[in-house]
Amino acid sequence: MSENEQSFVHVASVRLLLIVWAVLIFGTWLTVSASNIDLGALNIWVGLAIATGKAVLVALYYMHLRWDKPFNAFVFMSAIFFLLLFIGISMMDAGQYQVDLIPGYSPGVGG
Amino acid sequence: MVENTHHETDGLAVDHHFENADQQYQSAKLGMWVFLATEILFFGGLFCAYAVYRSNHPEIFIFGHHFLDKSLGALNTVILICSSLTAAWAVRAAQLKQIRILKLMLALTMLFAFGFLGVKAVEYNAKWKHGLLWARQYHPHINHQEPAEVLITEEGFESGAVEGAFEEATELQTVGDAVLAETETTIVEEGPVGVPAADADHSKIAPAAEGPAGLAFPDSDEASEPAIEVEPANAQTFFSIYFLMTGLHGIHVLGGIGAFIWLYIGACRGVFSTGHFTRVDMVALYWHVVDLIWIYLFLLLYLVE
Repeated sequence: MSENEQSFVHVASVRLLLIVWAVLIFGTWLTVSASNIDLGALNIWVGLAIATGKAVLVALYYMHLRWDKPFNAFVFMSAIFFLLLFIGISMMDAGQYQVDLIPGYSPGVGG
Repeated sequence: MVENTHHETDGLAVDHHFENADQQYQSAKLGMWVFLATEILFFGGLFCAYAVYRSNHPEIFIFGHHFLDKSLGALNTVILICSSLTAAWAVRAAQLKQIRILKLMLALTMLFAFGFLGVKAVEYNAKWKHGLLWARQYHPHINHQEPAEVLITEEGFESGAVEGAFEEATELQTVGDAVLAETETTIVEEGPVGVPAADADHSKIAPAAEGPAGLAFPDSDEASEPAIEVEPANAQTFFSIYFLMTGLHGIHVLGGIGAFIWLYIGACRGVFSTGHFTRVDMVALYWHVVDLIWIYLFLLLYLVE
């Protein structure tokens, strides 16, 4: 690791890269397995939690955010924040409508 | 790269408007992160459409996801994770001026990227064959290349009994909805076993004799699953969203391949032999975001329920 001359550079060790890779593969297996268990409405949240765990690992280690200037993480998190705001407000709006105006048109929501 | 606009710090070329190599690198990186933020919001519109449609019409997504191959999706997830590893490794190699390892990692990343697109092509091809396309292009029909294996469970008999008729109908089936209806009539007349006449009320959605259960992939685990529920109205919505999201993602993969080719050429020309690794780092950051987005796409499109 000492070969590099620039002080601002963080070099990730091969061991770390491989460990993160192994955890990501395990996470993929976990996602598929979790989707095969019927948890009802909880399924999607379990899946999203595992996916987000994987995303955090990629961002922190593969994308070097852990050693980066915090401002880069702030930029990225602000994008996530506005995305959640966007989806959240859209969902709140979508929830205000009568989904099954035509009887039997949306059987999945039991209207 | 005009010589007099550069000065040297730490052995690296630094543009005249930067104090030093550190500032130059951090500026490039900040710019990249801002770009990645816009990428997240770019895909965000589609994720929002997904969320709204799925909350209002969950049955469409439950119905549609049966036609996606979970194992191919998982394979692509693994491929992209491997490519993220090699991309991150390429950054390390560039930082340490290990040009041979850098070239190897860039080549491997491109290989994985092409592998991803290859698997995607197989999946798209299967959708195409079955007419499982977006919006008005959605004309589901049985796989006429393997008629003997297709079950028409809605009618309660195997299509093997009318195999000959299906082969005759093959050419007609490619033409379109109206012709598809005629094809069904042909089967009624010529099949050794009488097929119930197509329900006229169904004609706008799908020919009745080709009920959605007949679309199950016969070679996958899903054959052993209980028969797929009756096709809901507007099932094409799922495929519109599927093709938009995976298509936009696929375009990003193509762009990534282009960027990796650029890096590889640079590595061959010795661009990175000076310890200049910013380009590799930036492309890798982009590639990791492509991976991140796929992690969510795999979950949301393939693993519904």
